Amino acid sequence: MSADTTPTDPTPADPHQNPAVDGSELIRFDKVTKRFGGNTVLDNLCFSVDSGKHVTLIGPSGSGKTTILRLLMTLVKPDEGTIKVNGDYLTHEERGGKLVPAGEKHIREVRKNIGMVFQQFNLFPNMRVLQNIMEAPVQVLGLSKDEAEARARELLDMVGLADRCNDYPSRLSGGQQQRVAIARALAMRPQVLLLDEVTSALDPELVAGVLDVLRDVARTTDITMLCVTHEMNFARDISDQVLMFDGGKVIESGSPDKIFGDPDHERTREFLSAVL
Amino acid sequence: MTGAFFQSWFLPGVWITVQVTFLSAALAFVISFVIGLARTAPSRIVRILAGIYFEVFRSTSSLVFMFWIAFTVPMLFQIKFIGMAAGVIALGMTYGAYGSEIVRGALAAVPPAQREAGIALNFTRVQRLRRIEIPQAWPEMLPPFNNLLIELLKGTSLVSLIVVADMTFAGNLQRLVTGDSAPVYTLLLVVYFVLAFLLTRGMRLLERRAKAKLGQAPPKGGLFGGLRERGAIDAVTGTAGTAGTGGAK
Repeated sequence: MSADTTPTDPTPADPHQNPAVDGSELIRFDKVTKRFGGNTVLDNLCFSVDSGKHVTLIGPSGSGKTTILRLLMTLVKPDEGTIKVNGDYLTHEERGGKLVPAGEKHIREVRKNIGMVFQQFNLFPNMRVLQNIMEAPVQVLGLSKDEAEARARELLDMVGLADRCNDYPSRLSGGQQQRVAIARALAMRPQVLLLDEVTSALDPELVAGVLDVLRDVARTTDITMLCVTHEMNFARDISDQVLMFDGGKVIESGSPDKIFGDPDHERTREFLSAVL
Repeated sequence: MTGAFFQSWFLPGVWITVQVTFLSAALAFVISFVIGLARTAPSRIVRILAGIYFEVFRSTSSLVFMFWIAFTVPMLFQIKFIGMAAGVIALGMTYGAYGSEIVRGALAAVPPAQREAGIALNFTRVQRLRRIEIPQAWPEMLPPFNNLLIELLKGTSLVSLIVVADMTFAGNLQRLVTGDSAPVYTLLLVVYFVLAFLLTRGMRLLERRAKAKLGQAPPKGGLFGGLRERGAIDAVTGTAGTAGTGGAK
C-alpha cells in the first residue's frame, strides 16, 4: 500500500511484464489525470491498493474521490495515465508493444473483478429483489438459474432481507434498497468492491443497518474495499488505510489512527475538524 | 344505404382497413425499434444512416410515397405489388420513422444511473438494452405509440386512392352511385372513431400491464379509465408531453 506523489515504474513500454511481480498489488493508478471541461479533477494521480485491504478515501467535495471509483468502474475514462487491476490495464490494452485504448471485450474481462455500490442504489425497478440479484450472475457469469437463486437467497439472508425477495425495489425503504444493492454487487463475487457514499442518500435512522452489513462484509470476506464516505466513525472502524484527497491529489495517507488521531498535514486537520 | 352495400362493400372494407392498419402497424413497430436503437448505437456510421432514414421518411408524404410504390416502382423495376402491399409498405415506413423517435426518446429518458448499474454488473450493451433499458422505456413508449397507431388507422384511408377497397373506398363508391354523401361520411367518421377507441383501450391495457411490471401503481382501470391522461399527448408529433419522454427531446 502506497500513495506516493512521485510516479513509479512507467511500464507501458514493456509488453511482457509479468503481473505477478506486483505481488499482492491489486489496483494501481499511474499518473492519472481527469478533467471535466476546464476543471482538473484528478491531477497526475499515483497510488496503489493491495489485495484484501480496506481503503477509505476522504476529502472535501470536488476533490475527485468519486471520480476515482468511477474511473475504476469504467464509467468515465481517464484523459491521461493508466490504471491497472490485477496487473492488467483497465482502459488500455497492449497491441504490438503499444498501449492502445481497450476494446469492449478487454474492458469486460478486467472489469469482471470489480463491483460497485452507488449512492442512489440504482436497483433495476423492472425486476423484483431476487431477480435484481440473480440477473447478472445468470446473464454475465452464465450461472444456472438454480445456482444464481441459491447465491441470491444466501446473500439476501446475510443482508437481513430474506423475506423481501418478491418485492419490487419501489416497495423497499432506502436502507433496504441499499442492502439489496450490496447483495447484488457481491453476487458477482468481485475482488474489489467500490462503495460510493453508500449512506449519503439515506435517512439517518437507516444508516446503521447498511454500515453493519458492510462491517460484516469487511470482517468475513477478503474482498478489497475502496470506500468514499463521510461516515468517519465507519471509516475508522473498517479501514486499513485512509487517503486524504485535496485538489485532485493524495495529500496524506496512513492508518486510520494516524490520520484521525495525529495528521501531518494542516489541510487534513482542517477537514477533519470540519466534519467530525 | 342498402343491405347489399354493407354486405358486398362496406363490411369487407372495414376488414381491409383493419388488415392494413394491423400490417402497417407491425411493419412500423419493427422499423421503430430498428431505427430507434440504431440511432443510439455506438457506431457513428450506424447512427448517421439511421438518422438519414428518420429525416427522409419523416419528411415524406405518405400519399405520394404510396403512389410512388404503387405506380412508379412497378414501372422502373418491373415489380408489381398488390395494392394493399404498396399501402402497407408506404404507411409502415413513414410511421416507422415517427416511431423511431418515440423509441429513441424513451430510451434516452431511462436514467443514466441504470446504464451505469448495468456496466457495474458487467452486462454487455445488448444485455443492458434487453434486460434493463427497453423494459424500463417500454411503458413510456406506449402512450405515444397509441397516438401514432390512431394516426396510422386514420391514415389508412389513403389506400383507397390506390384502389384498395377499404371502408373509405366503399364509402366513396356508395356516394358516387347514390349521391347521399351525408350518411356515408357520417358513418365513416363513426366507424373510424369506434376503431380508434378500441385501439386506445387495448393500448391502455398494455400500458397498465407494463407499469405493473415496473412495480408502479397501475393507472385507474375500466373502459373509460385514464381518458384524461390521454390529453397529455402531443397530437402532431405523437410524443408524450409528460415528464418522461418529453424532457429527453
